[in-house]
Amino acid sequence: MADNNKFVRVVGRRAALLVVAGLLALPAMAGQVAGDNGASASRIELGIQEYDVTAKKRPVDKSVVRLGEKPEDASTTDHSKLEELQGPFSSGPEVTRACLKCHNKAGDQFIKNKHWTWKYHNPRTGQDLGKSVLVNNFCTNAAGNEGMCAQCHAGYGLTDSRTYDFTNQENIDCLVCHDSTGTYYKLPPTRGNKACSIMFEGKPPIDFTRVAQSVTLPGRNNCGACHFYGGGGDNVKHGDLSSALFKPTRDVDIHMAEKGENFSCIICHVGEGHEWSGSRYAPTVRDTAKTKPGLPRKTATCVSCHGDEPHPASLMGVKLNDHTDRVACPTCHVPSFARGGVATKIHWDWRTAGKLKNGEGYREEGYIQGNGEPRHTYKSIKGNFKYGENVKPIYRWFNGTEIYTTVHDKFDPSKPVEINHLEGGPDDPDSRIWPFKRMVTIQPYDKGNNTLVYMHLWGDDPDAFWGNYKFDRAIAHGMADFKLPYSGEYGFVETWSYWPIVHMVAPKEKALECQACHQQNGRLAGLKGFYMPGRDHNAWIDRLGVFIVLATLLGVLGHGLLRILLGRRRKAQ
Amino acid sequence: MSLYKVKVFSRFERFWHWTQALLIFTLLFSGFGIHGFFRSLGFEKLVWAHVIAALSLIVLWVFAIFWHLTTGNWRHYLPTTRGLFRVARYYAWDIFKGADHPYKKRFWHKHNPLQALSYLGLKVGLFPVLWITGLAYLSYGFWAQGPVTASVLQWVAVIHTLFAFFMAAFVIIHVYLLTTGHSLKEHLMPMISGYDEVELTDAEKAYLEEDEPGRIA
Repeated sequence: MADNNKFVRVVGRRAALLVVAGLLALPAMAGQVAGDNGASASRIELGIQEYDVTAKKRPVDKSVVRLGEKPEDASTTDHSKLEELQGPFSSGPEVTRACLKCHNKAGDQFIKNKHWTWKYHNPRTGQDLGKSVLVNNFCTNAAGNEGMCAQCHAGYGLTDSRTYDFTNQENIDCLVCHDSTGTYYKLPPTRGNKACSIMFEGKPPIDFTRVAQSVTLPGRNNCGACHFYGGGGDNVKHGDLSSALFKPTRDVDIHMAEKGENFSCIICHVGEGHEWSGSRYAPTVRDTAKTKPGLPRKTATCVSCHGDEPHPASLMGVKLNDHTDRVACPTCHVPSFARGGVATKIHWDWRTAGKLKNGEGYREEGYIQGNGEPRHTYKSIKGNFKYGENVKPIYRWFNGTEIYTTVHDKFDPSKPVEINHLEGGPDDPDSRIWPFKRMVTIQPYDKGNNTLVYMHLWGDDPDAFWGNYKFDRAIAHGMADFKLPYSGEYGFVETWSYWPIVHMVAPKEKALECQACHQQNGRLAGLKGFYMPGRDHNAWIDRLGVFIVLATLLGVLGHGLLRILLGRRRKAQ
Repeated sequence: MSLYKVKVFSRFERFWHWTQALLIFTLLFSGFGIHGFFRSLGFEKLVWAHVIAALSLIVLWVFAIFWHLTTGNWRHYLPTTRGLFRVARYYAWDIFKGADHPYKKRFWHKHNPLQALSYLGLKVGLFPVLWITGLAYLSYGFWAQGPVTASVLQWVAVIHTLFAFFMAAFVIIHVYLLTTGHSLKEHLMPMISGYDEVELTDAEKAYLEEDEPGRIA
């Protein structure tokens, strides 16, 4: 009750602030209306309104969750008729207890899953990775900010990954993946700074009993609720995973199109026992199992279904099949990412974060994306952004090994820091050419130690950046939370992260044409160290050859001219 | 010995020559396009044209080789030094003085020694190198596995390209030499009608009149 009163007071204070801010902003808004026609028109909103996307009602898809079956045929059990699920339930863990009563191995299985542990040990590189420790170049770190970031943790009540009980199976969130009503949602586990309170307002209560009775295998809306919004908004992070995939057209994604295969994510991301394929930390870049469509498989690669000779047995098909040993399928079959009207962030500048209007943080709309929705190009809590749509990927040799720059690793700040360095090259038989989104960010780092930093972004204390807007305090607090050395001086460094582009496979008629790469200034112009027809030349052979042809031409012309001149002279004589 | 109008290029030989000419022009054009000397049409269409033309030419060669071997026509390309110097001197010197060509075509030597030597070089040197490297280029996916592809393919491509330049030079000289006779027509017609002036021995004349009367006019 005390909590509730405080909440009402905060809301009341905020409403008053909004009225004042609104009055102050009136003249500016009058000007705004006139200039509202173009895409460049920007709207300014005060306050912090973030991360309500996972709490929005999602379009529920009836997608294919088992190959060869219609969506509605998939289950042998009607959960709505089960006695155990008649409720009433008033919280998530109550539902989970009911689930685990029958699915008595699911809990043991799931607590090993990355969606729960937020940890991954890469056996190839020996690095300890996962959301609980990594620094990325979006909101930089979930570590210490679980109170907000853990809205996408598949569990309840993760507010601090250092103290959270990762063995308590009752805190597994079964519903976020298995709800089929589209009404289940998650909010940040803690409320953060008072300026953030607006995002908790006006959410309808969850009917846990109805949701519990609706459970099915996950559709696109379940996975998409988090994965389409990675990085803090629609398609911010991946570039090839956006809300456009809830109900995609054929052109956006040939596999997931409702008027096509209508696949759910789990058709490719196969798995059993709550562990499924498709790791981004240690991706399988070459499936050598040689499976055929319909056969059991354990990987989520294109080749797992299509084989490594997927093109038809024609002259062209044979030539295209020739490519599969060195070129990954999406290189040609995902000609661009952020298709379907939803933009992705391609550049982020943290340096401008912290500007205030009337002592309050604000955000500015400056980009209208393909589907007509505005996107923010400035936020006080994050800085400036640039967006891209229908973006041409960059291409890199990649053998599946990524070396991360973690918060412990030192770097040379005069050069862009690769958050995840991609291993591979033309001389490595396990490498192929893959498409990537490269995210470019200018973000804080420890100037004294030349390391990345954890920032304390979320919290209702004087250090949290979101609400107080002080980098030095946010970094000092973020580092101290994890007993990490901090020199006390921060700077800004350019960082690059690479996001493999594999979703949004286009229909075959929209795949890249040969000349997209096989030309001198084509898409692969930047990849060196191997010979590619149409792109590469031996300059000396070209010079020699042109010389031979020109010399021959001049020779015969001279010979002919001499014959004509001497012939005329003979006639004259 | 005296001159007669004799059919020296059979129908197959003329078909072979002109089809080959067309295919070689197609190959040169598409090949240099693929190489990147121009970008119109695009890589895909050019490769398509190049591969179809190359495979057609190879089929044609298979027939031509069979024809040469079975008909004995390979003898026209036997190299000889006899008269070689005089022909060479003619093109280098005597032609400017208006002299007549020193070589008189004979029934089993319809090419002059320099010509025979050039064509022999073309057939046993230039063409085989082009089609061996070309087939290797086309099929490298089958024989080159893994990273070795990169470096070996480069050498295949370099040799193929270099010999393509030689081929272009040959075409230039070949076409130019059409003009060196009394008239362009005189050099061109035999490859159209099949008939050319050839010195026949009495025995050859008697043979043609008796066994192949259609070949002697």
